[in-house]
Amino acid sequence: MTEMKATRDGYGEALVELGKTNPKVVVLGADLTDSTRTLWFAEKFPDRFFEIGIAEQDMLNTAAGLSLTGKIPFVSTYGVFVAGRAWDQIRTTICYANLNVKIGGAHGGVSVGPDGATHQALEEITLMRVLPNMKVIVPCDAIETYKATMLAAEIKGPAYIRFGREKIPVITKKDTPFKLGKAATFREGKDVSLIACGYMVCESLKAAEKLEKKGVSARVINLHTVKPIDKEAIIKAAKETGAIIACEEHQIMGGFGSAVAEVVVENYPVPMRFIGIQDRFGESGTPEELIKEFNLDSNDIVKAAEEVLEHKHG
Amino acid sequence: MEEKKRPDIKKLEKEATEIRKDIIKMLGEAGSGHPGGSLSSVEILTGLYYYKMRHEPKKPDWPDRDRFILSKGHICPALYTVMARCGYFPKEELMTLRKLHSRLQGHPHMLYLPGLETSCGSLGQGLSIANGIALGARLDRKDYRVYCLLGDGETDEGQVWEAAMTASHYKLDNLCAIIDRNRLQIDGFTEDVMKLESVKERWASFGWHVIEIDGHSIKEVMDAYDEAERTKGKPTMIIAHTIKGKGVSFMEDKAEWHGVAPKGEQIELALKELNMKPTKEQLEEAEA
Repeated sequence: MTEMKATRDGYGEALVELGKTNPKVVVLGADLTDSTRTLWFAEKFPDRFFEIGIAEQDMLNTAAGLSLTGKIPFVSTYGVFVAGRAWDQIRTTICYANLNVKIGGAHGGVSVGPDGATHQALEEITLMRVLPNMKVIVPCDAIETYKATMLAAEIKGPAYIRFGREKIPVITKKDTPFKLGKAATFREGKDVSLIACGYMVCESLKAAEKLEKKGVSARVINLHTVKPIDKEAIIKAAKETGAIIACEEHQIMGGFGSAVAEVVVENYPVPMRFIGIQDRFGESGTPEELIKEFNLDSNDIVKAAEEVLEHKHG
Repeated sequence: MEEKKRPDIKKLEKEATEIRKDIIKMLGEAGSGHPGGSLSSVEILTGLYYYKMRHEPKKPDWPDRDRFILSKGHICPALYTVMARCGYFPKEELMTLRKLHSRLQGHPHMLYLPGLETSCGSLGQGLSIANGIALGARLDRKDYRVYCLLGDGETDEGQVWEAAMTASHYKLDNLCAIIDRNRLQIDGFTEDVMKLESVKERWASFGWHVIEIDGHSIKEVMDAYDEAERTKGKPTMIIAHTIKGKGVSFMEDKAEWHGVAPKGEQIELALKELNMKPTKEQLEEAEA
């Protein structure tokens, strides 16, 4: 039985570990410390935790100030509030000056569930990846989120880590390699490549199994780092499989799939399809219902794969 | 607290006039930029860089330096001039303001010019950054102080009031902010655009120690910085009453000179006026 764990838990655990091992790490919260799992750090290291209240813009720039004194601040709130409401602060104060601020964006995707559209971040990948100096990581499970968080403390400059609310299958192991900007192939295949990030890696693996039963060999690539993007892995997938499906729990426009397409179109154009939110706002519902409602489940990926194969170059 | 030896006020007043002349010249050369708020903030900056702040222009990353955070980035001509005259970079470079590949960007960029503490230009952000630095200083048990200059119109921004709460909540007495209260913003008088009064009561009600001064009196400016340093348990806000465009008669109190550079004869006229500018003492003598 696969272990189920929320990616935000991986974030919270990594922060506690960083609290023990790296005295430069400080954490800031905006009244969502339990939900973002930063409470675990706050309880253990109260002197290095700063509650800023419901004031995201202030939180981001306070973190910027702390980084200017050599600290490594992690700020956390829901993705919609941090990437949307404090975007200008992230852009002009943090990214422009390449300040060492790490952003944990919680509640990514429609799988947030019943809270509905206002709390389901569907745009942050777009908003963050357009900023020079920013790195964007969308880990696929709790273990990878832990690794991404530990790594964020090591790299210089701003980084955004996206994680989710719900428990999802843990599909990687502690010793699964994780390197910034280096995609991981989770399943080999030669007919089509499913390139995914976050929870959609899991749906892609399910889709690959279903496709195999239909005689289609699908490669599954976990492209956890949206920026800097692993061009090599994408070009290789285009060349070797001749068709690509990009899968994200996020708006298609400008997001993860667009980032993949930018590489494909310029280097080795092959037919592509996009699994993601199609220019709609989210809804209330259970995570399972919403994944279906927004055409994000493995059956949708299978359908897209069959369609793209029809258009594949001879 | 041991107060520093004060520089000669007359000398600083003369220096302020020289700074104003440099501002006019560099804006004239650039052909664009913001004279109004640059000219109104000259004494505020002079008091910091020539008296109050511990800083070493040749060692801009000295860890124990006091920090100056400019929040209203558009008045950087004044900051650049003060920095150049203090020795952060050659004065000739002032004439590269706003030109391609210049270290003196239209709004300050810390990665280009050593001595700048932040990159700024989008209003409302500086006070939060100053808070973060003040918190960092406290964590490191360092005694350097943090100064932050805001425009009065800038305090329309909601984030300023978020930061006002944070500074007060964390009792950041190593922080001193200054509002350049020149009463004007791009669209007109602050009280017409978005009422700010009572500025003093507002900041006091947010838990700040508030000092009101004539922002063109070097002495009052220096006194205020000293009082701020003596104030414990809360941050200090200095409301510096100033005149936008100060020192150039045709710019004074005119919103239209917020963001327009002087040209041709206007430059000559402004410099001529500043060259003739009597010191405060001379004025007092004349009155007597």
